[in-house]
Amino acid sequence: MKKSLSERLAILSDAAKYDASCASSGSTRRDSAKTGGLGSTTGNGICHAYTPDGRCISLLKILLTNFCVYDCAYCINRSSSNVERARFTPDEVIWLTLEFYRRNCIEGLFLSSGIIQSSDHTMEQLVQVARDLRLKHGFRGYIHLKTIPDASPKLLEEAGLYADRLSINVEMPTETGLKDYAPEKDAGGIRRAMGDMRLKIDAAKEKTHTGRRAARFSPGGQSTQMIIGADAATDRDVLASSSGLYGSYGLRRVYYSAFSPIPDASAILPVRSPPLQREHRLYQADWLFRFYGFEFGELTASRPGGMLDLEIDPKLAWALDNRAQFPVDLNRASKEMLLRVPGLGVKTVQALLMARKHRAIRLEDLGRLNVSIKKVRPFVKAIGWSPARLTDRQDLRTLFLPAPQQMSLL
Amino acid sequence: MSVVVTLADTSAFEPWRQTARAALQREVPPEQIVWCLQGKNADLFSCAETTSFTGEIKRDVRLKASNLPVLKDVLCHSSPERFALAYRLLWRLQEDPDLLSVPTDPDVGQARRMVQQVRRAAHKMTAFVRFREQDPTENGRRRFLSWFEPDHHVLEKVSSFFAKRFADMDWLILTPRGSISWNGTTLNCSFKPCEKQALEDDVEQLWQTYYASTFNPARVRTKAMRNEMPRRYWKNLPEAALIPQLVAEAEKRVAEMAAREALPAPKFHQAIQARQSAITIQAHVPGSMTELAQDIRACRACSLQCHATQAVVGEGPETAKVMIVGEQPGDQEDLAGRPFVGPAGQLLMGCLEEAGVAREALYLTNAVKHFRFTVNGRRRIHQAPGVEHISACQPWLKREIALVKPKLIVSLGATALRAVSGPSDRLKDVRGTLQEHAGEGWAHLTLAHPSWILRLGPTDQAERERQALIAGLSKIKGVL
Repeated sequence: MKKSLSERLAILSDAAKYDASCASSGSTRRDSAKTGGLGSTTGNGICHAYTPDGRCISLLKILLTNFCVYDCAYCINRSSSNVERARFTPDEVIWLTLEFYRRNCIEGLFLSSGIIQSSDHTMEQLVQVARDLRLKHGFRGYIHLKTIPDASPKLLEEAGLYADRLSINVEMPTETGLKDYAPEKDAGGIRRAMGDMRLKIDAAKEKTHTGRRAARFSPGGQSTQMIIGADAATDRDVLASSSGLYGSYGLRRVYYSAFSPIPDASAILPVRSPPLQREHRLYQADWLFRFYGFEFGELTASRPGGMLDLEIDPKLAWALDNRAQFPVDLNRASKEMLLRVPGLGVKTVQALLMARKHRAIRLEDLGRLNVSIKKVRPFVKAIGWSPARLTDRQDLRTLFLPAPQQMSLL
Repeated sequence: MSVVVTLADTSAFEPWRQTARAALQREVPPEQIVWCLQGKNADLFSCAETTSFTGEIKRDVRLKASNLPVLKDVLCHSSPERFALAYRLLWRLQEDPDLLSVPTDPDVGQARRMVQQVRRAAHKMTAFVRFREQDPTENGRRRFLSWFEPDHHVLEKVSSFFAKRFADMDWLILTPRGSISWNGTTLNCSFKPCEKQALEDDVEQLWQTYYASTFNPARVRTKAMRNEMPRRYWKNLPEAALIPQLVAEAEKRVAEMAAREALPAPKFHQAIQARQSAITIQAHVPGSMTELAQDIRACRACSLQCHATQAVVGEGPETAKVMIVGEQPGDQEDLAGRPFVGPAGQLLMGCLEEAGVAREALYLTNAVKHFRFTVNGRRRIHQAPGVEHISACQPWLKREIALVKPKLIVSLGATALRAVSGPSDRLKDVRGTLQEHAGEGWAHLTLAHPSWILRLGPTDQAERERQALIAGLSKIKGVL
């Protein structure tokens, strides 16, 4: 018996939820004011709802089908899994996207699919949804498509023409991890596809020699995801891999997805709750790279076993390991150095730089900028404040640890 | 003596502007004005009537255009303090036009916090408004209605967002602070408070299905959810009704998942596995160029393959009489998988053209097949290959030479020179001279690498070296 739309929606969104990316940002701004149609993108993206797992819902994240010929151990949709299978027609996906969009539930669509028949066949189906949304329905919202590594270049070009962002998941931080857990996937093929996409994305940004604009190609760039905690890779391995990915392929984002137990799990996987704190620290490290001028290597250089500190954030951990560079003078230090002070965020640093052109900064001023003075105090100098020996105290780290909690006796 | 000003509780800018301007022109200091909200503090006897400012104008009021948005946003805040704060800022801005760039000032700090709260409220409104479909209009346009309770007076701020996004449908958003509507041509904004409506829409059930299914019970983090979607918004979000049940059942669902015994794989899995293993990898003719390319791509002889995108194999006719050997693929070559497509490659192609040599007749390759680099932020910095990389790649170059059997090998730069003729020759001794390797069947010409010429920058030396490269390359014509 054919399953109802609602039943299939439940299966195919459950199957898609292990992909962490839900961003609707980074594309060109556009709207429907002139066309009188439907849809816009704001540039920053909007999260329309949050589920109790703390993740946002920005896009309708579904699979076209969860049938898959691959047998990747970590994946709920691997061919040897007994999950219920279902498939949407492209028109059903389009209808769901447009109706949810009209009710202001989503920013757009994130469409992926299990591999059926061949890479080209699967990719063609994904592209058809994007093409119809854009051309038949005049939809101007956000579209994120998963790309299939060895699909034909023509399909990839078309995908880039209609999608705001494309992505391919590297899945595992190391090549050996991928070989162990996803034997049918080829790390080299994934890298080649990302390299090819980078060239196309860069080319689309430039004008041709006649001054004409090149054809649109994924204006929101590309992103990827790796699974954390399924294999033995350390944080140093993970971040080294990120460093290569950002540097080589100009990725907008690398997502870290704490491996989470799935129904009907493969026997080779660890049975334990997902390492959420580790995932959180990796995201913080990623942030420090993208917005604070840190190199990934600096953050793990002095960490034992190549693992980030789970108890304190990576910026604080770095500062404690590099105390010779502190205290930093709030009134004189460079922007780069201010960004390295634990407790000062990008916006605070901007405010400080602006304020100190007009007034000298005192420690109390930080309170008005919503900064935790207790956290910043050992690392900064200001008018009327010098941390003296506080910066070099042996037990400085303990001052930042969360208050110890009584363990349950039972 | 204080003066009392009463203003309506809306985000309207004009009434405040007129009053503030009049007061400032007459130099009424901030502490002498009591700003009241209409209807809100009726018990205060002093708020009974509005006082307008009359009398002699003592000064001009000036405001930099860049300061206006901050004042406008402050006035969107719901706090009754907003009028007084805005007037105090306006007063102080007359003496100190850069005041707003001093975030450490208490007034400015408060204004910045209020502006941030207003902008967040506006953003949350664009996120959490949910439209419910109504019967269509007479001319068949689809019609949607929403009830929403924003934190501050943000209706005007968000109206254009909704108009630009939902242009092809009629919509109406009702709130306790007023309403906004769109009918395809005009955008209306009213400050008249509205009553809550009971609304229904069948598609909402599908939305709830999606919400419940996309939730991962193995990672419950309700605090993160509440930070971004505070409870006060839940009452108007259809999906929020599911939250208590989802959280309550999460632990049980995860325990069930862990306890479930592994089942045998479904039947189609065996069928797929059988089909996949039946696909045999196409064997290439031994000793052919395609076989060599495949072998090079699978090479794991040194550590470079860990970071590079791919091995870049040589390109050109197998019967070419001339082989050009470069150093290693660069950033662009690594991404594209083809030799000499980056900046240095383009310089080389230009020089070949000037030397009158057709690229199509040449076999182009590199001494080292993988890109060696270090990452600096978001850029890859080229690193010269080490001796170990050159020797690891030497067998591939030898096989290429054996297959193509060139009459002339042109080495570009020291790496290629070392790979082709070993460590004995030094670049500066042999550069530009044709050397016979009679025993090998080919002659050897060593020239400067075009990337070195690029690194010299736009100098006279660079142009001399470029001419020298062209002169060297023109020797190829004698062989072709």
